[in-house]
Amino acid sequence: MCDTCGCSDSAVRITDHTHTVVMEQDILAKNDELAEHNRAHLRASDVFAINLMSSPGAGKTTLLERTIRALGVPCAVIEGDQETLLDAERIKATGAPVVQINTGAGCHLDAAMLHRALHALAPARGSTLFIENVGNLVCPALFDLGEAARVVILSVTEGPGKPVKYPHMFAATDLVLLNKVDLLPYVDFDVAEFERDVRRVNPSAALLQVSATRGDGLTDWYDWLRRPARS
Amino acid sequence: MHEMAITQSVLDAIVARLGEAPVTCVRLEIGRLSGVVPDSVRFCFDVLCAGTSLEGARLDIAEPAGRARCRDCGGEFTLDDFILLCPCGSADVSVLAGRELRIASVEVGHV
Ligand SMILES: Nc1nc2c(ncn2[C@@H]2O[C@H](COP(=O)(O)OP(=O)(O)OP(=O)(O)O)[C@@H](O)[C@H]2O)c(=O)[nH]1
Ligand SMILES: [Zn+2]
Ligand SMILES: [Zn+2]
Ligand SMILES: [Zn+2]
Ligand SMILES: [Zn+2]
Repeated sequence: MCDTCGCSDSAVRITDHTHTVVMEQDILAKNDELAEHNRAHLRASDVFAINLMSSPGAGKTTLLERTIRALGVPCAVIEGDQETLLDAERIKATGAPVVQINTGAGCHLDAAMLHRALHALAPARGSTLFIENVGNLVCPALFDLGEAARVVILSVTEGPGKPVKYPHMFAATDLVLLNKVDLLPYVDFDVAEFERDVRRVNPSAALLQVSATRGDGLTDWYDWLRRPARS
Repeated sequence: MHEMAITQSVLDAIVARLGEAPVTCVRLEIGRLSGVVPDSVRFCFDVLCAGTSLEGARLDIAEPAGRARCRDCGGEFTLDDFILLCPCGSADVSVLAGRELRIASVEVGHV
């Protein structure tokens, strides 16, 4: 017997020189637990939380500015950004409550960051909460925040093959928004091929084409946000 | 790089479980469809373990292959990437393996 590692624990096997401690534990268990805590908070206060993800510059903030003004439902925003307050200030101008999380070197939000932000923001009962994740198509996909739905935005200026190159992001989303469709006449982007690529990694996600600046497709986006399934 | 955050979670979980006991080996399972790159984890592991009870610990990473079952034909097949397509042509498949992101076990030296 030895005290260093809790030998009395039945999961500990003792050999001559070492103890093997069987852990069988998910690496992200702590994040996932906290995400469930967030999810329970959000559900209890009837807040519909959306984790909004894209590469940098796909149009997340532009879409949010417009959505908040048009949706007709109380909105609140949590802005994840590596350094600046710029996006939060743009949101503040719409009148919606906003909290900024600066991740510094971190390239994604995690459930602990969202938890702190939720307590700081305390979104109103019945509101829609948009969480603008850090612009990045890789890391945010791995971290459950406790959201009710995930939305991935891709813009037509980003070129082909993204769903297949970043399958985790596209596989785990509920809705894919193809943004900047007003630029389709000027760029070489094959919408049908894009939709086929999305289907290859995610057969069930909803797909909408929008322009956050010109307004194309936004009625469908608002309908999706108000869908009854949100409860 | 999320491998840094992932690796830090590994260390945190081990220290939470074992306290300051000197760790000599960590065994992880990182599935081929998990989105985490084992080589990056190896790099982060050495960096993050320095000066902790895990300093000098060996890192063994098992990399389970992707496997899926088709809901249409019932067949099971391997998935090399995230293209969710059964050889029968159906995309209605469920992933059975390859997404693992687990700490399997840890070896603690005698003191
Ligand atoms: N033509 C066109 N431009 C757009 C559209 N949506 C956004 N933009 C422009 O794209 C640029 C980036 O938009 P943002 O809304 O800041 O993008 P973001 O995803 O919030 O960016 P980060 O927070 O830095 O990741 C801005 O210059 C927008 O005006 C669109 O539908 N059409
Ligand atoms: Zn933004
Ligand atoms: Zn709480
Ligand atoms: Zn990251
Ligand atoms: Zn099949």
